[in-house]
Amino acid sequence: MNFQIAVLLGQDGVTNGAIYALLALSILLVFTVTRILLIPQGEFVTFGALTMAAIQSGKPTALGWLLLALVLIDCALDLRQMWKTGKQAGAMNYGEIKWSAIKIGYTAMLLVLLHSLTLADIPMLAQALLTLALVVPFGPILYRLFFQPIASAHSLVLLIVSIALHVAMVGIGLLLFGPEGARTAPFSDSGFRLGPVMLKSQTLWVILVSIALIVMLFIAFERTLYGKALRATAVNRMGARLMGISPVFAGKVTFAMATFIGALSGILIAPITTLYFDSGFIISLKGFVGAIIGGLASYPIAAIGAVAVGMVEAFSMFWASNYKEIIVFTLIIPFLLWRSLTSRHVEEEE
Amino acid sequence: MMNASELLLDVRQLRVAYGKVEALTGIDLRVPKGQIVTVIGPNGAGKTTLLSAIMGILPSKGEVHFDGRLQPVPEVEKLVGQGLGLVPEKRELFATMSVQDNLELGAFLRYRRGDRHLATTLAEVYSLFPRLFERRHQQAGTLSGGERQMLAIGRALMGKPQLLMLDEPSLGLAPLITREIFRIITDLRRQGVSILLVEQNARAALKVADYAYVLEGGAVAMEGPAAQLADDQRVIEAYLGLASKHQELLAS
Ligand SMILES: Nc1ncnc2c1ncn2[C@@H]1O[C@H](COP(=O)(O)OP(=O)(O)OP(=O)(O)O)[C@@H](O)[C@H]1O
Ligand SMILES: [Mg+2]
Repeated sequence: MNFQIAVLLGQDGVTNGAIYALLALSILLVFTVTRILLIPQGEFVTFGALTMAAIQSGKPTALGWLLLALVLIDCALDLRQMWKTGKQAGAMNYGEIKWSAIKIGYTAMLLVLLHSLTLADIPMLAQALLTLALVVPFGPILYRLFFQPIASAHSLVLLIVSIALHVAMVGIGLLLFGPEGARTAPFSDSGFRLGPVMLKSQTLWVILVSIALIVMLFIAFERTLYGKALRATAVNRMGARLMGISPVFAGKVTFAMATFIGALSGILIAPITTLYFDSGFIISLKGFVGAIIGGLASYPIAAIGAVAVGMVEAFSMFWASNYKEIIVFTLIIPFLLWRSLTSRHVEEEE
Repeated sequence: MMNASELLLDVRQLRVAYGKVEALTGIDLRVPKGQIVTVIGPNGAGKTTLLSAIMGILPSKGEVHFDGRLQPVPEVEKLVGQGLGLVPEKRELFATMSVQDNLELGAFLRYRRGDRHLATTLAEVYSLFPRLFERRHQQAGTLSGGERQMLAIGRALMGKPQLLMLDEPSLGLAPLITREIFRIITDLRRQGVSILLVEQNARAALKVADYAYVLEGGAVAMEGPAAQLADDQRVIEAYLGLASKHQELLAS
């Protein structure tokens, strides 16, 4: 191996590592706030990438119709709930109707946009925004439909539902996007020179956007009251409820963030890797390895661990490409061992 | 004595069961605006259960009217929004977050509704508890027992509640701080905050309260104006006399 190859591998490693770091943070965030291990995190990545690809090829995806269907179910449930509590209280609270109208209106607007624009010709930024506008609402809606009714159930139940949702979403991905892989156009064509090697500009995009997103997440959680409210839910659920921070609200917000991070990651890597309807799982699994290295508790360690996963993956590709995945996933074992040896029983905060 | 229009909290026939065991068997309780109402009773009488049920933490049967509105199924987040605050027995602080963050989160719902005057309330809470100001960057989990109590009360006050429910605010506190807490409770009433106070320290509670309930075995055993109950022979024997006898024993 010479320097040039090392730089190239490093470049791949950092690019993948940055994406894994984003996914690790997202998985961690969802887990601490809602106790849900978000297995479908990877599906948000593929949905983002494949929707972007479909839009670039000028096809309005059927994803919009799926969204409409889920929104309608969601609104029906909310309105029924409103009707039930309203009848008990003897007075209706019509706020739900306004919300339902907004949600349905938003979806209808997206559908109109999808079918009226010549999707292939609009600027790439607009394509990306449209993709996000289409994919991100799935997060809160999926939370509403599948997790909110069982929010206080045992973690194992949550995990089972999470796995079921993952399987269902892979199937739906196949139905919506077909079995072919897709790649999108890079954000910009220019490459640039670093010493003797050419770096791809997409690499820079991935790294810059990831760093920007991580910094934004950090600021949001350390400085804003909404971010603190999510942290508070993670620290003490009952305490948060007594402050009026509803677990439903926290769950929907974290799911929205998770889908946003996932879909954005998908858009970022779609020009570098060919993604298929079922590629999401293995990607998010590597983010998950990073999250485990962080002990499902520490955000910075998880991010660093995820970048390390990306590096190990890239270099093992060079030396032992057949064993690439195995090497990455065996990374977990020393960390689990180390954790179980060093962790003391921490007394429960009363 | 109590005009229905000025009732802030009106609880009727509240029942709570843990599995098959009935913890509350039909409680009627009222808190008028601007008053301190206390609930005293022996351990396991159901006082904490009562507050949890009113707040909507525990499922219950019966009616809870707050601020003139019937709460069909009391919902914590909604009640907090309407101005009901609870300082629970376990305090439920955000242990790994700073004192100041804890306080700011107390005003989360106000912030969410666009109220941006949190700094004023924060300053008021700090002037009420100067100790919290000294410790504002410390993690809540590392505070002393008394400081945690102060933080729990301060955090509840950040939400500007109309009715504050306190579950044993003097639990485990030194006499001097206990007196301070009770002074703050009377101060709060002067500022227009109504208070539902659950206390083991019956003597102090009856002294500051306007009205009192004695809870025994999940039912109201006695009720009346606090001053009247403080002179009642049964109350003196069960809750005041014993305490003083106990103290005499300790002193001798
Ligand atoms: N989660 C629970 N499951 C079963 N029984 C419970 C539960 N919580 C409380 N109880 C029982 O209900 C009764 C009332 O408890 P509660 O905590 O309301 O008493 P309390 O009046 O607050 O007592 P203390 O003064 O000791 O705080 C007790 O007998 C208690 O054992
Ligand atoms: Mg109690």
